[in-house]
Amino acid sequence: MIFMMLQEAWSAMSANRLRTFLTMLGMVIGVGAVILMSSIGAGTQAKVKESIASMGSNLFIVLAGSMTSGGVRIGSGGVQTLKMNDASAIEELSGIKAAAPVVPGTAQLVYQSSNWNTQVSGTTPAFFEVRDWPSEEGSVFSDSDVRSATRVAVLGKTVATNLFGDENPVGKTIRIKNSPYIVLGVLAPKGQSLDGRDQDDTVMVPITTAQTKLFGSQFKGVVRFIMVEAVSESVMDKAEEEMQVLLRENHKLRPNAEDDFTIRNLTALANTAAETTKAMSLMLAAIASISLLVGGIGIMNIMLVSVTERTREIGIRIAIGAKQRNILLQFLLEALMISIIGCLIGVCVGIGGAYGVGAFFPISVVITQSSIVISFLVATCVGVFFGFYPARKAANLEPIEALRYQ
Amino acid sequence: MLKLANVTKTYKMGDTIFHALKDINLQIDEGDYIAIMGPSGSGKSTFMNILGCLDKATSGNYFLNETDTTTLDKDALASLRNHVIGFVFQGFNLLARKNLIDNVALPLVYAGIGAKERKVRALEVLKSVGLEAYATYLPNQISGGQQQRVAIARALINRPKLILADEPTGNLDTKTSQEIMDLFCKLNDQEKITIVLVTHEPDIAAYSKRLVNFVDGRIQHDGLTEHFQASLV
Repeated sequence: MIFMMLQEAWSAMSANRLRTFLTMLGMVIGVGAVILMSSIGAGTQAKVKESIASMGSNLFIVLAGSMTSGGVRIGSGGVQTLKMNDASAIEELSGIKAAAPVVPGTAQLVYQSSNWNTQVSGTTPAFFEVRDWPSEEGSVFSDSDVRSATRVAVLGKTVATNLFGDENPVGKTIRIKNSPYIVLGVLAPKGQSLDGRDQDDTVMVPITTAQTKLFGSQFKGVVRFIMVEAVSESVMDKAEEEMQVLLRENHKLRPNAEDDFTIRNLTALANTAAETTKAMSLMLAAIASISLLVGGIGIMNIMLVSVTERTREIGIRIAIGAKQRNILLQFLLEALMISIIGCLIGVCVGIGGAYGVGAFFPISVVITQSSIVISFLVATCVGVFFGFYPARKAANLEPIEALRYQ
Repeated sequence: MLKLANVTKTYKMGDTIFHALKDINLQIDEGDYIAIMGPSGSGKSTFMNILGCLDKATSGNYFLNETDTTTLDKDALASLRNHVIGFVFQGFNLLARKNLIDNVALPLVYAGIGAKERKVRALEVLKSVGLEAYATYLPNQISGGQQQRVAIARALINRPKLILADEPTGNLDTKTSQEIMDLFCKLNDQEKITIVLVTHEPDIAAYSKRLVNFVDGRIQHDGLTEHFQASLV
């Protein structure tokens, strides 16, 4: 019986191919859009998650200077208020795992005939722990390198590739601002940061070397920012308060004076970014599902036309013994078939489109099984929902009226 | 076999009430062959619709095989139409998209009979009306007379007790009309199927055993046809 009815639905659909195709197109576009959009959403989310993971966990950044100072907004880092001993004092706090002072700058690097201009940062070995950033080859520098301000460097992956190509850089000597530095190691690749920078395009040297030799002696003892890792996410709020109290004390600030530093909770910021992308991908899917709804209305439209056109046929069927539920099922099945076939094509179009977008645009796409399953279920529901009204209209036709219809 | 008791049918047309059938009392026995005649608007189509359970009487009772059809719901009426009654229409009313087998087998679909048996029985009935050679043709590929024979085959497939034919020869020429009427006579004679047919051609009515005349929603005349009386002698 059900097979017979499927055949019936199929023959009704193929009786008017162009119209069936156009009706299906609504579902195809709807389902395709939902899958494409949720793939883009999922891809963006995955990328953000990856960037957050690459940042390190439970992270603070303490910047020199306040965002506003005496009513005048000055860029943080524009003043030299953070010192080396601030970092070591922060590290002593109970909720803090490690603190790494950083002095960033840019410099020209030379190895034989290769040239590379990049960010060179002075820091301590704690930095590699805080950022969870091990070396891939060789090693990172040690505390004794920091104490004696040796001319050694650790290269990011991008720098190593650009300066050395396939050569192993460990043990080689490069020139930074014309002074020779021995390469101790190459860091494992991190990929892009949240704001899209290449995190591997960087060189690390001991902070003392940066302060006294690389960027001139005016930076002695001064740091631009401190990267701080808390022991866990739950202690971060308390640790932030403690750091603030400690730094105000160390900087001998009066109670009514503003902070001359800024503490940022990077993990909280990252979580916000993750939430934002999640909301964005939900919104994309929601917008796409509107087209699914429009597709459903298209099905209802055509089914209503089809019921009117086939009034006489319905009359004949009722006259020779079709029950109301037979007629209802026949038209419902037809609507369902259109939406399911449209959905299957839509899934293919969506997956193809997602691969296309991934291949031709710098957007990462992740096709999720759930988006396919959900759009399939939604399409089925749309078919039943929008097919029901026309089907009921057909089933409720009076046989004499229907037979008389020309 | 069927009995109408005080059957009345009224239609509301705006403010006026139109009486299509007025207090009809009629009994039809098994094996009867009745021609219904009357001018248009006399109520014969309404009468046929009520006999065919396509319409319900406004008042009165209609018994079909001892069942009072006025008490039945839509599904039960559909089942009656499927199993007890076969319809033949003036305009054939075949489904244009389906071949002859599928058209003929359609009532069996709603009787819940499997595909294989449907096909066997459809071919059997098509053979009995002499059209088995056209089994896979579409209705528009055969002539009007052949189409009406297909329609009769469809009416016969579920082995009905009663065939209702509403001007079955109205769209056909004289020669094909004769063939169709011969077929009806054969069904009545050999299969003992009760036949009720509406016509306004006296020579078509002459094939039947009994003639009922409708005028203004009432039965004006009810009696045996001359040809049948002659055959009784």
